[in-house]
Amino acid sequence: MQATMTFTPGSAPSVIVQNLWLIPALPIVASGVMALLKQSRRKLASGLAIGSLSVSLLLSLIAFARVVGQWAAGSVTRETISFTWLQFGSATVDLGWVLDPLAAIMLVMVSFVGLLIFIYSVGYMAHDENFTRFFCFLSLFAGAMLGVVISNSILLLFMCWELVGLTSYLLIGFWYQKPSAAAAAKKALITTRVGDIFFFLGIVWLFSQTGTLLFYNHGVGSLEGLNLANLLPAHGGLGLSAAGAIGLLIFAGAVGKSGQLPLHVWLPDAMEGPTPVSALIHAATMVAAGVFLIARVYPLMQIGAAPGGTTASLTVVAWIGSVTAVFAALIAVAQNDIKRILAYSTVSQLGYMMAGLGLGGVAVGMFHLITHAFFKALLFLGAGSVIHGCHEEQDIRRMGGLRVDMPLTFATYGIGMLALCGFPIVFSGFWSKDGILEAAKHSAAIKGPFFLLVFGALLTAFYMTRQVCYVFFGYWRGHGTAHESPRVMTTPLAILAFFAMALGAIGTPAWPWFHAFLENRAATLDMHAFGELGFLALLGTSSLVVFLGLGLGWWLYGNKSPKPEAPDALEQSAPWLWTPLRDKLYLDEFYGATFVAFYAWWARVADWFDRRIWGGIVSLVAWLFGLWAKLNRALDVYWVDGSFDKTCEELSNGGGLLARVQSGLVQNYLRILAVAVVALAAILLWSSRP
Amino acid sequence: MNPVFYILAALTIGGGLAAMLLKHLIHAALAVTVAFAGLALLFLQLDAQFAGFAQILIYIGAVAILIVFAILLTHGAELPKGGVFSKSWLVGLVIAAGVFAVLAWAILQSIRALPQQAAAPVVTVHDIGNALVGRYVLPLEIVALLLTAATIGAVIVAMHEKAVQK
Amino acid sequence: MTGFASPLTGYLLVAALLFAIGLAGALVRRNAIMVLIGIELMLNAANLNFIAFWRYGPHPEALTGMMFAIFSIAVAAAEAAVGLGLVIAIYRHTGTTELDKINRMKG
Repeated sequence: MQATMTFTPGSAPSVIVQNLWLIPALPIVASGVMALLKQSRRKLASGLAIGSLSVSLLLSLIAFARVVGQWAAGSVTRETISFTWLQFGSATVDLGWVLDPLAAIMLVMVSFVGLLIFIYSVGYMAHDENFTRFFCFLSLFAGAMLGVVISNSILLLFMCWELVGLTSYLLIGFWYQKPSAAAAAKKALITTRVGDIFFFLGIVWLFSQTGTLLFYNHGVGSLEGLNLANLLPAHGGLGLSAAGAIGLLIFAGAVGKSGQLPLHVWLPDAMEGPTPVSALIHAATMVAAGVFLIARVYPLMQIGAAPGGTTASLTVVAWIGSVTAVFAALIAVAQNDIKRILAYSTVSQLGYMMAGLGLGGVAVGMFHLITHAFFKALLFLGAGSVIHGCHEEQDIRRMGGLRVDMPLTFATYGIGMLALCGFPIVFSGFWSKDGILEAAKHSAAIKGPFFLLVFGALLTAFYMTRQVCYVFFGYWRGHGTAHESPRVMTTPLAILAFFAMALGAIGTPAWPWFHAFLENRAATLDMHAFGELGFLALLGTSSLVVFLGLGLGWWLYGNKSPKPEAPDALEQSAPWLWTPLRDKLYLDEFYGATFVAFYAWWARVADWFDRRIWGGIVSLVAWLFGLWAKLNRALDVYWVDGSFDKTCEELSNGGGLLARVQSGLVQNYLRILAVAVVALAAILLWSSRP
Repeated sequence: MNPVFYILAALTIGGGLAAMLLKHLIHAALAVTVAFAGLALLFLQLDAQFAGFAQILIYIGAVAILIVFAILLTHGAELPKGGVFSKSWLVGLVIAAGVFAVLAWAILQSIRALPQQAAAPVVTVHDIGNALVGRYVLPLEIVALLLTAATIGAVIVAMHEKAVQK
Repeated sequence: MTGFASPLTGYLLVAALLFAIGLAGALVRRNAIMVLIGIELMLNAANLNFIAFWRYGPHPEALTGMMFAIFSIAVAAAEAAVGLGLVIAIYRHTGTTELDKINRMKG
């Protein structure tokens, strides 16, 4: 099921590959220019951002076209360009970029979705006074994300990874005057940092084991040939091989960035940022970086697997993914903030992607990533449109009946919601989720995830129906009147809706173009694939699950619009279930009581130590210096000055004494003369004795 | 030694002592005149007749008179209140004694080198006159100049005072 | 004092004694005129010295000592005149001849 990918080694890289670095560089340069602009130059800022990303999109499309052309011709070459950055003796630190099908698809997705969201932001952030700063950060993020995608060196990937985390922090805390936003940004950075530490350990280990930082380097990269093979016999502790251990360390980084259990806690709080940020970063792209990372280092995770079996690291990936999917979906059921429901949904879907990677391989996981990017971005932008139309209201209990007031938003949101639920046939989500379910079912080694994922699908349909009923059906419960959003906001919604439906076509089993493209094999249109019995049964099962969830949701919430103060329908029927779900299964509290509390205690200890001990030592040294200074001063005043003053005094006195000789009395002068003469005479006489 | 010498020596020394010790200035001036006279006689004793008579003429005839005039003009006859000797008279005495000690010691030390009795030289005024304009013509002229300057100076000092006082 | 080795010794001692007396007077007496008298005595003692050495010296016919004494007498007279004139002038200016009180040249 997991095909090995073979690539023909290429000769000289083509023009587009040589200039591939422009794709991330242009938005970063635009960001740098915008950092220097005054806040009032809004048109220039948005123009720079959109312009640079458009050029990046164009270049990405060219690159994509090239790879597709190669694939169609039958031989895909993975083209890389690498260069040495630093050199330590015999070891070198290399950077570089690569163009292969995985990178090409991600390039197009990131730049296209990013561009649509940039255009949407022009309308959404029009009333914000920090418009220019917003686009500066957005552009920086886009550049960094594109850098992650094309990076051939794991170090360069890590650098762009960290830059992505930084811009996420800057954007979550964009409205930094709000304490909750600042706290959420800090939480995001710290939580992903925990994952990044393990990631970095993995990088270091990989470098020390293989001697190179490059993934692909004409056969001597860390994911190629002998280097990869040598990772297997090396020991990695806990009964794992080095490959397995490194794979798990790198997965830890992905757990942080993609919000898997237990490091998912930052994602719901990240909704404090503006909605375009949530759409771009926390739905479509940044959180997908973790999934992309696993896809990128997949050879590392996969090596050592017996045919039909799987490795320890992939098992861990699959289980964490499935558990996260169900966990987050359960919490999403009981949330009342429109964006928070979508955030938990994202966590859940990321779990699906991870499970897909673990169970079915790169293509399965990546397909869901691509489709999810489109419909989740659509849902978030739609939510932004709703919030905008409801005058910045975010509580779904204060909305209602918006399908009348905001028809375009309702239509596109509905498409996105059905795609997310996996409504059969016409929606892309169905095909991508089904691929994961199929891989889970057929997995020989790992059994549990299939049932978890099916339950998760049921929950997904349920909570999305609940949300849509609250927001768009029933009657209006908010203040003022709702209005539709301007065209600059609804046009991207429409475009995304189209793709949410159309992308399904490239991943059906009848014509698995996506999978074939990624795995470098031919794709044939084969309607008979539908005929497999097991497959049809699976299709039926998943459709049934979706209808069940939709029905349950409609039954409980339907066209009713309970008052905002009234308890939720589910809460009324099963309060014992509702309360823990609403309180996010107390995970934040658990972290707060353990890690955060420990850290605070440790910080207090360190502070005490710092102030008392080190501060005390410093004070002591300062006091000693003061003492020394006083001693010097005393020496100076009493000894040096004293002696000097004394000398001057004595001189003065001596002068005074000598002056007394000039008494003015002639007789005294005469006496002195006489004495001198006597003395002289005596000397002369004495000296001339015979 | 000639007993005359002792008498004359006693006279001179006595006169000198009296001059220094007497409180009354006029008495002191007269005592010093006696000392001058004793010296003149000592000169005669030493066969320096010209010097002896010159001593009498000048010292007794001019200097002593001058001293008396000065005493009279400065009302020296009145005794000062604090005594005639300075407060630190002992220091002066000691110094003078020191001087005498050194001189006496030098004299007594060189007894062996001193010549014995020599023949008395015969000196006539003619010889002195020749020497004055012969060998010692330069000192003669200089002394003449000196005397002229002294005369003029004394006159100016006295006259200046008069001019200021007026 | 019985029998000096040479009569010169006696004269020299007298001269030395007279000189010391004159010096003592000059150093001890408060009146300016007494100081001048003391100085005259010192000069006379020096004259005696000269004459004595002339008489008992090697070449009395050169008249050196005698000449010296004569010139000394002349100079002493001039000096006495000027000095006493000065004392009188000072007396007129400050009203006193006591040396203790004349210390305008104090350092």
